[in-house]
Amino acid sequence: MIYFGNVSKYYPDGTKALDGVTLSISDGEFVSIVGHSGAGKTTLVKLLLGEDHPTEGSVSFDSVNLAKIKAKDIPSHRRRIGVIFQDFRLLPNKTAYENVAFAMEVAGRPDDEVASDVPHVLELVNLGEKMWNFPKELSGGERQRVAIARAIVNQPDLIIADEPTGNLDPINTYEIVQILKKINDLGTTVILTTHNKGVIDNLGRRVITMDSGRVVRDDVKGRYIL
Amino acid sequence: MTWTNTKRIIKAGFMSFWRSGVVSISAILMMTIALLMIGTTILTSAYLQSTLGDIEKKVDVNVYLDVSATENDVLALKQSLENLPEVKEVTYTSKEDNKAAFIELHKDDELLVRVFDELDDNPLRPILKISAKDPSQYGAIASFLEHDTTLSSGGASIINKVTYKKDIIDRLIKILAGARKVGFSVAVALVLISIFITLNTLRLVIYISREEISVMQLVGANSKYIRGPFVIEGVIYGVVSSLLTLALFYPLTSWVRNVTGNFYGGIDLFKYYVDNFGQIFIIIMGSGITLGVISSLLAIRRYLKQ
Repeated sequence: MIYFGNVSKYYPDGTKALDGVTLSISDGEFVSIVGHSGAGKTTLVKLLLGEDHPTEGSVSFDSVNLAKIKAKDIPSHRRRIGVIFQDFRLLPNKTAYENVAFAMEVAGRPDDEVASDVPHVLELVNLGEKMWNFPKELSGGERQRVAIARAIVNQPDLIIADEPTGNLDPINTYEIVQILKKINDLGTTVILTTHNKGVIDNLGRRVITMDSGRVVRDDVKGRYIL
Repeated sequence: MTWTNTKRIIKAGFMSFWRSGVVSISAILMMTIALLMIGTTILTSAYLQSTLGDIEKKVDVNVYLDVSATENDVLALKQSLENLPEVKEVTYTSKEDNKAAFIELHKDDELLVRVFDELDDNPLRPILKISAKDPSQYGAIASFLEHDTTLSSGGASIINKVTYKKDIIDRLIKILAGARKVGFSVAVALVLISIFITLNTLRLVIYISREEISVMQLVGANSKYIRGPFVIEGVIYGVVSSLLTLALFYPLTSWVRNVTGNFYGGIDLFKYYVDNFGQIFIIIMGSGITLGVISSLLAIRRYLKQ
């Protein structure tokens, strides 16, 4: 379902972010991408989101060719993907409820669905009590759970978690990874990029290791080896 | 754009306005300053127009006619003057009218009135007061009066004296033209500055929200959906600051009236403001909303490029 075919990405300053990457990810997989900073993990994520285009090669998501996607088709493409970031990226002027509802509203879902689904999803991530709090009133772990709720509320085909635990303590990290596993168990493809050795070693799922823009290992039941 | 989306965009605009607190207040204050400048432009140009108009009205040519001139002669002269294209109006004051005015003016001076009454004949001359359409045309009218012999009855001119102060009128024409030019340039400058202030204020407001805009894009919001609430906020800024501006002009014009009341008898700005409130309301509110919407659209454009 996701395919990178000999993808390279060069930036104008001469940096080689990706260098001939070929890989495919099937539906329902839980794939971790590991590597040092600058290994190309985030570039991979950006290409999948249509935030950036490859210099060479092709990137496809189902039938969509992301190397040639038009600006006007990007919003609808992004609604098929739930994204979770290290810095949460919540809307600061909206409550937890409104942040999640926003994702449904942009997808054009009707009011009654929004009213019934948002509390439900926030309950799932254990934030039922704090639905009406603003992000600044929540802890790091709670904010990340709001971000997860926002990512899953539209039942996307793919969840991308880009260093989701980078700002969290071990207990919150454990909780977030458990939630991601649960999402994957329900059938959603998950791509996780991380630096956290403990997380990878406990998952026991496929691990893609990157270095200097190249894929250097791809193990079905991988461990964090760098 | 469905009704649900429109409703959501309007609601999001109001909510963001309310929750942005200090940012919204500063945007409103800046826009109020801009609108005050536009309002001041309207009021000062009205004041200038009326004052210059008043001065123009005070310029005229008085034709003093011979005491012997008959009513018919005078009316014939009046008629031919009125036929001139340069002439706006000719007012005729007869000997009797002049006498009545003289007696009225000096009614407390019994001696003078009695002397006047005892005269067999009325020594006051009939007067024709000529107003031109434009002050620069007085020269032409004056030379017509001097040279045109058709005005005389029976060969002798009935005109005794023409008061026409060429230097003063010429200087006045220059001053009036200069004042209008300066007034217009100041108005254009003030309006440009106010557009600039609003544009930059909203640019800052949207700059503060740039992270939010990128988050909205990541969640899959299309450009219209992101732009909408900012445009609504622009409208709210416009409406609130217009109301504030209109409210401020009330005490301001009243204060100006009190300060300048005995200084020059031009128009009463307070009265002008109250009498023309409808028009001024539409201009200020219209400028406020237009400035708000256009500035928002221009400011957000660069953040919506994918």
